[in-house]
Amino acid sequence: MSQATTSEPAAGKRPSDGLSDETLLKWLYDMQLIREFETRTMQAYQQAKIGGFCHIYSGQEACAVGTIGSVEHDDPVVTAYRDHGHALARGMDPKACMAEMFGKITGCAKGKGGSMHMFDKPNHLYGGHGIVGAQTPLGAGLAFATKYEREVLKTTDKKRVCLCYLGDGALNQGAFHEAQNLAGLFSLPVIYIVENNGYSMGTSIARGTTMPDQLTLKAKGYGIEGLEIDGMSVLDVYDKFKPFADACRDEQRPGFVDLKTYRYQGHSMSDPQKYRTKDEVEEFKNRDSIANLVDHLMNKRECLSEDEWTEMQKEIRERVKEAVKFAEESDAPGVEEELYSDVMVNPSKNMSPIGKYIEGAKNPLL
Amino acid sequence: MPELNLVQAINQALAQEMERDERVVVLGEDVGLNGGVFRVTEGLQAKFGRERVVDTPLAESGIIGASIGLAMADMRPVPEIQFEGFLGPAYDQLVNHAARFRTRTRGAITIPMTVRVPVGGGIHAPELHSDSPEAIYSHSPGLKVLMPSTPYDAKGMLLAAIRDPDPCIFFEPKRVYRSFKEEVPEGDYEVPIGQAKVVSEGDDITVVTWGAPVFQCLAAMDELPDDVSVELIDLRTIYPMDTDTIIESVRKTGRCVVVHEAPRTAGMGAEIATVIQEACFLHLEAPVQRVTGFDTVMPYYKLELDYLPESPRIVQAVRECLAY
Ligand SMILES: Cc1ncc(C[n+]2csc(CCOP(=O)(O)OP(=O)(O)O)c2C)c(N)n1
Ligand SMILES: [Mg+2]
Repeated sequence: MSQATTSEPAAGKRPSDGLSDETLLKWLYDMQLIREFETRTMQAYQQAKIGGFCHIYSGQEACAVGTIGSVEHDDPVVTAYRDHGHALARGMDPKACMAEMFGKITGCAKGKGGSMHMFDKPNHLYGGHGIVGAQTPLGAGLAFATKYEREVLKTTDKKRVCLCYLGDGALNQGAFHEAQNLAGLFSLPVIYIVENNGYSMGTSIARGTTMPDQLTLKAKGYGIEGLEIDGMSVLDVYDKFKPFADACRDEQRPGFVDLKTYRYQGHSMSDPQKYRTKDEVEEFKNRDSIANLVDHLMNKRECLSEDEWTEMQKEIRERVKEAVKFAEESDAPGVEEELYSDVMVNPSKNMSPIGKYIEGAKNPLL
Repeated sequence: MPELNLVQAINQALAQEMERDERVVVLGEDVGLNGGVFRVTEGLQAKFGRERVVDTPLAESGIIGASIGLAMADMRPVPEIQFEGFLGPAYDQLVNHAARFRTRTRGAITIPMTVRVPVGGGIHAPELHSDSPEAIYSHSPGLKVLMPSTPYDAKGMLLAAIRDPDPCIFFEPKRVYRSFKEEVPEGDYEVPIGQAKVVSEGDDITVVTWGAPVFQCLAAMDELPDDVSVELIDLRTIYPMDTDTIIESVRKTGRCVVVHEAPRTAGMGAEIATVIQEACFLHLEAPVQRVTGFDTVMPYYKLELDYLPESPRIVQAVRECLAY
């Protein structure tokens, strides 16, 4: 399989030119929602209202919004632990997302998973995974299932494609290499989207993987077509990713995307960031994807005024504040009902002190 | 004598052993430049260079597999796995390979590797970052499984482990990392592998534990009436287990409570209770009690302390065992 079998759009005409103003405004909304959500998340973490480990998505908004915006709602999505952005872009209620991090019963995993475990089956989001790389074979399986449904069960005519996200650090996990080989061998419609923010914790990509400037060669080794995209511009993401995803869907085959992006915050909330300079962070902030899109909508499309943008930010601020309030006011999971529930369907004596299996409460938000 | 916390004691042991033995190398994710997620290897790369303190890619199977290779060639690798949950991808290398080489080669090749792994709950972390898998690895003949609970023991046990010819998993209870300091000799000393410690002597009941719950047991002892005399045993090495110390104690007290963070079923508590009934049957005044985690996934932090064997549950078990 050769590189770039996907045809380039005709000069001057970009796929995103065909998108409606509403769509782009919705993307702006979603990106700003993620940014605001993460700002509040950091605050809550610093106030010790959120426990555990918390990985902030700020800077990478165009990745989740642009790629998820290029596919259908029932195309499965699976990601790693830096997952709040994907959850929101996929349509998870910010309340359920925030409550999960607060460890409250109204969270998407009933407050029993936390930041790294965002699951939303109705929105076809299959996690949220804390073991780096572990989600990549799952992506192959989800793609396998979509193919099986169409070709064997014949329950649908619809061709679907799975989006499986990973970080640049995950490139080095054995599981990912097995997954790529499976996907290539069985021609599974899964797109491995490497959100390449340049660092795996404190390890820069050049110190962690071979051919850091030619990651698509890795996929090529498994017979998978690869593509590089600038992840700091949601329009560029759409322009390149949309035709690529369409081709993978249409031909029911895998793809690999080196989506170049940047995280503005530390790896997690406890990262002294000795491995990078402030200048480098600033350099990327100057290319900020949200500012980029605002500029485009105001000055090129002329579909957004200063006032409307201010209004949108205000609305989002309110919505996120509400989510925080909701999370704060929700109950913590009860010990008796929730510590011992949801492990397996059949009872086991040692699951609880009273030796009874307890069916956990169902989450009303999901 | 300087006072050190667990992190500092381990750091000192690593530095001293690297100084003493050039074959000792430290490798793992962010162990060099960053000094490790818990800063346990802080300063080592600056001191010993990148050849000996190696920042690896994110690849646990590769890290442990390569360490086995190093060890086969007479090096002394001390790989770090950032959290116990990430032993998962390395499980094959540990259990199917490292553990078995001595047997597989009938003693010709041994694996002097010490895998350092932060373990356990109590720091508000979620699952995979709070688990206690010591029983899993104790059930894999060929691996030595260690879990010190104090800075003094940590230094001495780590030195013993690195010098040991067999593969050791050196579990470091996160909850203890910076919780207190104690005097740690600056010089070289070993705390032998396979030797439990009697933390406090007593006549009425034996409490066996290891890792962070040692301190929950001490707290429980404070809450018990003064006339209850508890013998507290810190196992220190989970495998090979110092059954002699346990047996001797239970033959004296006739009662025993085992406390661990890991889930109850097939936890080390089950093994210890069996050892006791085999060796102390006629001395027992009450069934052996277990205070453990439950057979559920380690919950996120709101329920964390309900899951862990905190002192109220230990007090209750001791009382019940005494009243039997
Ligand atoms: C198997 C495994 N090893 C190590 C970790 C600890 N860890 C969590 S995230 C991370 C870095 C991952 O970097 P990358 O894949 O680039 O994703 P990013 O954080 O940049 O989004 C590490 C080492 C883990 N969660 N799982
Ligand atoms: Mg990264």
